[in-house]
Amino acid sequence: MSGEREVVIAGSADVVGVRQLVRSVAVEIGLSLVDQTKIVTAASELARNALVYGGGGDVRIEIVTNGPRRGLKLIFTDEGPGIPDIEQALTDGWTTGGGMGLGLGGSRRLVDEFDLVSEPGKGTTVTVTKWSR
Amino acid sequence: MQRVPILKLGDVLIVSIQIDLEDQSVLALQEDLADAVVQHGAKGVIIDITAVEIVDSFIGRMLATIASMCGMLDAQTVVVGMRPAVAITLVELGLSLGGVRTALNLEKGVALLDHIRSATP
Repeated sequence: MSGEREVVIAGSADVVGVRQLVRSVAVEIGLSLVDQTKIVTAASELARNALVYGGGGDVRIEIVTNGPRRGLKLIFTDEGPGIPDIEQALTDGWTTGGGMGLGLGGSRRLVDEFDLVSEPGKGTTVTVTKWSR
Repeated sequence: MQRVPILKLGDVLIVSIQIDLEDQSVLALQEDLADAVVQHGAKGVIIDITAVEIVDSFIGRMLATIASMCGMLDAQTVVVGMRPAVAITLVELGLSLGGVRTALNLEKGVALLDHIRSATP
């Protein structure tokens, strides 16, 4: 893969598509099997969040470098209602969607870098990065 | 949407997940399995996830829901074949699947079901 890719998340089949694409890029940059599994799982959670809470969105997939290390950066964006209380949303077990409330907090634990920007009424952007070891 | 087939072997139902699970397929499997347990009077359910590359919170919740649902319908559930990377990821995600019995492979899953049933006449 050269450059970056953008995938629209509009239905539950797209969540599967995001998983498959993230897996192939994770293999390409040489992430270990466990790290591949972690970033794909985080991508699955965040893609579903964009779909269920954000009413759909997209993800940009980038390969980044830091000296000899390569990383996989995923930027999930939706234009949904946004998250009024980010601390609360990152707390395990807290949910408004009838899920288990592990999506955001759980994905934060599965990646190396996690950034969440949200404005009520405007949408949410979650950026995660996983580095090769 | 792809459906996951349910196989019957004696009074055990075997579900081997070979597709990349879409949320709708997960929900359909729960319903299909509940129906199949009642229809066949199954006493055991084995869910083989050998081919499943990731278990996220939605799929994890499905496994827990199926286990308690089948329990209410008098069938014991065993999840078999979890990959090591999946186990590591699930724990870090915060899902311990406490109420779900697991075994390393299909053979050990069948043995576990036999053991549970001989212990609870």
